[in-house]
Amino acid sequence: MIPISHVLVLSALLFSIGVLGVMLRRNVIVVFMSIELMLNAVNLSFVGFARTMDDMTGVIFIFFIIVVAAAEAVVGLSIILSIYRTRKTLNIDEFNLLKW
Amino acid sequence: MNLLLEILSIPLVQTILKIVFMIMLFAMPLGTLMTLMERKWSAMVQDRVGPNRANVGSFRGHGLAHIAADGLKSIFKEDTMPEGSDRFLYLIAPFFGLIAGVSVFAIVPIAAPIGSFTFQITDIEPGLLFIFAITSLSVYGAVLAGASSNSKFALLGGTRASAQMISYEVFMGLALMGIFMVYGSTRVSEIVDGQNAYWFGSLIPKWGILTQPLGFLLFTTALVAETKRAPFDAPEGESEIVAGYFLEYSGMRWSAFMLAEYVAIVGVAALVTTLFFGGYHVPWLHLWESAPEWLVRVLQFAKFTAFVVFFCWFQIQLRWTVPKFRFDQTMALGWKKLLPLSLANTVATAAVILIFV
Amino acid sequence: MIVFFYLFALISLILALGVLVFKNPIHSALSLVGTFFCLAAIYVMLNAEFVAVIQVLVYAGAIMVLFLFVLMLLSTKDNDQYALKLNVSRGLAVAITGVLMIQVLTAFMDPTLRFGEPGAYPVERIQEIGSIALIGQLLFTEFVLPFEVISILLLVAVIGAVIIAKRRVP
Repeated sequence: MIPISHVLVLSALLFSIGVLGVMLRRNVIVVFMSIELMLNAVNLSFVGFARTMDDMTGVIFIFFIIVVAAAEAVVGLSIILSIYRTRKTLNIDEFNLLKW
Repeated sequence: MNLLLEILSIPLVQTILKIVFMIMLFAMPLGTLMTLMERKWSAMVQDRVGPNRANVGSFRGHGLAHIAADGLKSIFKEDTMPEGSDRFLYLIAPFFGLIAGVSVFAIVPIAAPIGSFTFQITDIEPGLLFIFAITSLSVYGAVLAGASSNSKFALLGGTRASAQMISYEVFMGLALMGIFMVYGSTRVSEIVDGQNAYWFGSLIPKWGILTQPLGFLLFTTALVAETKRAPFDAPEGESEIVAGYFLEYSGMRWSAFMLAEYVAIVGVAALVTTLFFGGYHVPWLHLWESAPEWLVRVLQFAKFTAFVVFFCWFQIQLRWTVPKFRFDQTMALGWKKLLPLSLANTVATAAVILIFV
Repeated sequence: MIVFFYLFALISLILALGVLVFKNPIHSALSLVGTFFCLAAIYVMLNAEFVAVIQVLVYAGAIMVLFLFVLMLLSTKDNDQYALKLNVSRGLAVAITGVLMIQVLTAFMDPTLRFGEPGAYPVERIQEIGSIALIGQLLFTEFVLPFEVISILLLVAVIGAVIIAKRRVP
């Protein structure tokens, strides 16, 4: 049996790496990937809790998170595509206008 | 002797033996044979003789020696690498497809179990979903090869491959929803056993193709599109982008791409047989009650292999019969026709089960 | 068993750091796929096989392929401008993240951490019903409203993506 606290620690570490990725990287696609990493870290803690508490709610929640992640990736990537068409860059610092 | 039996009864040893058998003695040999079968059959379709020159002494075996000759040739060929390519990705890309192709055989049963010993490597609960997960990874081979080759054509091929494979995966899963509902499980052994039942006493076996004819068509189409072969070979697109994502490869790595394609063909054939043609179950065999157990297993394995070989041939015939789709046609067919059809199939199956069963 | 957990945890952490430090976004993406695989393996160890399969199927098989697709569409040779660089404000960001992380970690490591009453589904019960069957039942009974709402979200996302990414014809 894997102790729950170790699962949670791993989840927290992964989440922190994701946060760092969002704040330190300038490539908007890598920023996006870091967000996916954070969502996964949360999923991990949900599975850990679901196992420890003998409850299925955590597992069901993961499905909703995965659906939201998929929707977010689809919309986000299409926004990045259309921004790239006009600005010709992926640098998140240069996305500094509200409308193109 | 007793020691040997004892070793053989360890589950881990059994699993390793099963893996060795399925991959080394079933999937890989069939895959390599397919390379020759395709060249021979295409020659017959085009009224040629096909490869028959390679020889070992005076043995030609209608081109059988070409398999060894091709293998040797690709081993000794120079393994080129284009300038400015991404070294690491370029080197590992060819093996993704091979791994994905071989993994299909992890859940395909080839004969009925004897006691607790199953003729299947593993029978996990989300069996078919595992297959979806693994086949969805085969796209990485094409994508990474395209992205790392530093070549415009390869990049175009990789882009096309990724778009095509994501699209066709969507309704590959949907097309199987009907099968899951009819046989009430995602476990492969239960689906296979569900097909051992009969309608009207013991007249017509309840095979997947009879319960889910539309599902069969959709699933087979999706799988053929996943192997990126004609008529869905826009990612390779000979007449437009030379060879697509593996354009820059040569030697053994090129062969790995080819072998992956042919192992994938065998995998497709095995999956279609398992899900829609009763798997290893020989129809009406239960009527012969005094059949010895070993003979039943041999017949089951023979039936399974026969169907697999038939569907391998079917895919070759498909490639040399049907004209290829343009890339936009491939995508339009997937999203505008096959996806709504598979949704309709799911809904209709659910309605029929709800009302009549 | 527990050894494998630490092994996969270590690999997933290293690969996650890879996402952070690789200059080439394609390497970052691959590294992230590796992380997802390690997490899937950990899910299997936590008796959530179905989640593990869905994780590989959706994240590794669909979402990351989409990322790679976009990366190839927008392939830029000049990756240096996106490389990891540190300055004062980013250093501050790292410091704040570190403080937050330590805060959360101390909370998790707290030996007095207590949980509420155990729920209705221990591992034996799940295996008896079948995890896929159980998840299906729960999705269509207890969680049917969120399920319907999320399906609408998905539809909206699909339509929105098509509208946004479509080239505007003048």
